[in-house]
Amino acid sequence: MTLILIFFLLLPVLAIVVVSFWQSTAYSYSPAFIFENYEFLLTSPVTLSVYLKTLMFTGITWLCCLLIGFTVAYFLAFHVRSLPVQIGLFLLCTVPFWTSNIIRMISWIPFLGRNGIANNALQDLGLIDEPLEWLLFSDFAVILAFVHLFTLFMIVPIFNSMMRLDRSLIEAAVDAGATGWQVLSNVIIPLTKPGIMIGSIFVITLVMGDFITVRFMSGGQSASVGRVISNEISLLQYPAASASAVILLLTVLIMIGTLLRFVDIRKEL
Amino acid sequence: MRELNKKTHRSNLTKTGKQRRLLMKGAAATVAAGTISGAPMIWAQNIKDITLRQFGTGVSNLNDVADKVKEDLGFTLEMTSLDSDSVTQRAATQPKSFDIADIEYWICKKVWPAGNLQAMDTSRIDNYDKIVGTFRSGKLNPDSVIAQGTAPHSVGFVDGPDGKSFVNEESGWMTLIPTIYNADTLGIRPDLIGRDITSWAELLNPEFKGKASILDISSIGIMDAAMVCEAMGEVTYGDKGNMTRDEIDQTMAIFTEAKKNGQFRAFWKSFDESVNLMSSGEVVIQSMWSPAISAVRSKGIPCVYQPLEEGYRSWGGGLGLSKNLSGLELDAAYEYINWYLSGWVGGYLMRQGYYSAVPETSKNFMSTDEWGYWFEGKPAEGEIVNPQGVVMEQAGAVRDGGSFDERMGKVACWNSVMDENQYMVRKWNEFIAA
Repeated sequence: MTLILIFFLLLPVLAIVVVSFWQSTAYSYSPAFIFENYEFLLTSPVTLSVYLKTLMFTGITWLCCLLIGFTVAYFLAFHVRSLPVQIGLFLLCTVPFWTSNIIRMISWIPFLGRNGIANNALQDLGLIDEPLEWLLFSDFAVILAFVHLFTLFMIVPIFNSMMRLDRSLIEAAVDAGATGWQVLSNVIIPLTKPGIMIGSIFVITLVMGDFITVRFMSGGQSASVGRVISNEISLLQYPAASASAVILLLTVLIMIGTLLRFVDIRKEL
Repeated sequence: MRELNKKTHRSNLTKTGKQRRLLMKGAAATVAAGTISGAPMIWAQNIKDITLRQFGTGVSNLNDVADKVKEDLGFTLEMTSLDSDSVTQRAATQPKSFDIADIEYWICKKVWPAGNLQAMDTSRIDNYDKIVGTFRSGKLNPDSVIAQGTAPHSVGFVDGPDGKSFVNEESGWMTLIPTIYNADTLGIRPDLIGRDITSWAELLNPEFKGKASILDISSIGIMDAAMVCEAMGEVTYGDKGNMTRDEIDQTMAIFTEAKKNGQFRAFWKSFDESVNLMSSGEVVIQSMWSPAISAVRSKGIPCVYQPLEEGYRSWGGGLGLSKNLSGLELDAAYEYINWYLSGWVGGYLMRQGYYSAVPETSKNFMSTDEWGYWFEGKPAEGEIVNPQGVVMEQAGAVRDGGSFDERMGKVACWNSVMDENQYMVRKWNEFIAA
C-alpha cells in the first residue's frame, strides 16, 4: 500500500514540483532552478481572473449539488419506505452514469442551442419571442453541465450517512416535541455532516480540476484553471503547466483542509 | 496482445535487416542505383513485414490511404490523427513514437531544431522536378510575389543530411515533402446572411453579434485576427506572420473588445466543432477549413468558402522522416513518398478540395470534369462526387474562388510561427480568458 502510494502519488507529484522550476523555450525545456514560471503565474492578471472564475463555478456548482443531492437523498432515505423501491430509485439515479461523461455533457448542446429543443419549446409555448442566447456557450451552460455531472457524487455519501442514522433519534426528537424543521436542522443535518463533507470534497476537487466541460459548454469562451494548464501542456510549456498545477494543488488542499476543520471525518466514520 | 505482436514483429525485422546489410556490402552500388531510379523494390518480400507509423492532423491521415499503401506497396502504414498542438508536441518530444511525421510547415519550423527528423535526399524523389514552385523557389509562377508568414520554401531545405539550419535555395536536402496545401478563408452561411461578404473585416461586423466564431489554435487564430484587423484598417503590419509585440497587443485589444461585446458565439478547436457550429446555425461567419465546408454542404445546408478581397491565409503540410529510420525502413519510407507523389493520393485529396504537391500526376487519377471543377475552376459538367461517393455539387457549379492559380496566387499570408511566439501565446490565452 505504501509502495503504491509512493510510486503512483508521491513520485509524480514530486516530479511536477521539480519540473515547475525548470526553464523552457518554444519547443524544449531543460533542468534549471528558476522562479520565472511562478513569477509569471503569480503576477499575471489572467491567473487572478481565471481563479476567480473557477472558484465561482465551484461555489455555485457545490451549492446546487448540495441542495439537490441532499433533497434527493432525504427523499430516498426517509420517504421511500420499502427497501426494493429504495434500491430501485437509487439505481435510477446512477443510470446516466452508464454512459461516458463527455457524452452526457455533449448531449446538452443540441438541447440548449439557438434552434435547440429548449428554445423551440419555449417559443412554441409563447413564453419568449427570440431564442435565449445565454442557454448555450455561457457560464450558465457550464454550471448546468457540472451540476448534472456531479450531483450523484453528493447523493451517494449523503444517502449513505442518512441510512446509518439511528431512526430512534428522530422518534425521540419528535416525542420531545420537535417540529419537522427542528428535526431536520438539529438531528438530521448534524448527523449527515460526514456525508455532506465527503460529497463536497468530491464536487470541489472535480470542478476545480475540470477543463473539458468548461471548454465544451462555454464554447471555448470561458477559462478555468484546468483549461489554462491543458493549454500550456499543448503548447509544450511543461514547466509553466507544472507551476500552475502546483498552485492549483495547493489551493485545493487548502480548501479541503479548511473543510476538514469543520468535521473530523475519521471520527465520524 | 497487439503490442506483443508488434514487438516480435520488430525483432524479426532487425534480424532480417542485419542479414541484409551483410549481403549488401558486395552489391551496394547496384542496390543504390536501383533505388534512385525508382525501380521496383528489390526487397519486395522483406518489405511486406514493415510497418511504418505515421501521425499527423486528420486532414491527410486517411485510412483509405493506408489501405491503398497496403495494396500498392505491400507494407503496413499505421495512422494516428491528432490536433495540431498535439502533433507539434509529439514531433518535438517523442521521436521514438513515429516513423513518418505528417506536419505543417510552420510546425516544421518549430520542431526541426529539436533534431528528431532527418532531411530527405531530393535525388531519391522521382517527381521532385514536378513539385509546385511554391515549395521549391517559393514562387508559384516566375513573377509571383512571396506572401508573408512561414512560406514553405523558407523551411523546406536544410544545408545537409544532418542540417539544423534552413537555407533559402534548393539544396537537395528537403525537410518535408509537400503533400497537401490549400488557401483558407472565412466560411459563411449565405442563407442566414443574405448579402455579399467581400472582406475579412466582416468577421467583427456588429451585424453578426453573437453569431461569429474564430478558431482557438493560437498560431492560426492570430493570423485570421490579423487579416481582420488589417482589413478594418485598424492595424498595419510589417509581417503578419512575424508580428512585433506592439502589433500583437493591438490585434488582441481589438479582439478582446469584440469578445466582451458578445461578438463571438464560441471558439472552436477541432474540425467537427466548426462543422456543428455552422450547420446548427449557431454561427453564420467563422474561420473554417475547406473539408468542414464540404461537410456542412453534404448535409444539404448552404455554406460558402467565401473568397475575400484581402486574399487567403494559406497552409501547407508535408511528410517528414523520423531520425530513427534507417536501412530497409528508410527505403520503404522513400518508396512511400514516391508513391504519395505519383498521383493516387493527390487525386483523392483534390477531390476533397485540397491541392496536391504534384498536380500533373494527380490529373491522371481524376476525370476531366473533376480536374476542370477542382483545379481549373471550370463549371462542373456533371455531378461532382467526393471520395466517399457523396454528391457534393450539381452540374453547373463553380468552385468558390475559382482556379488553382486564382486561389493559390492570392495568398496573403502563410501559417507561421513567430519570433514572439511565447508572448503571443500568453496574449492569446488572456484573450480566451477575458
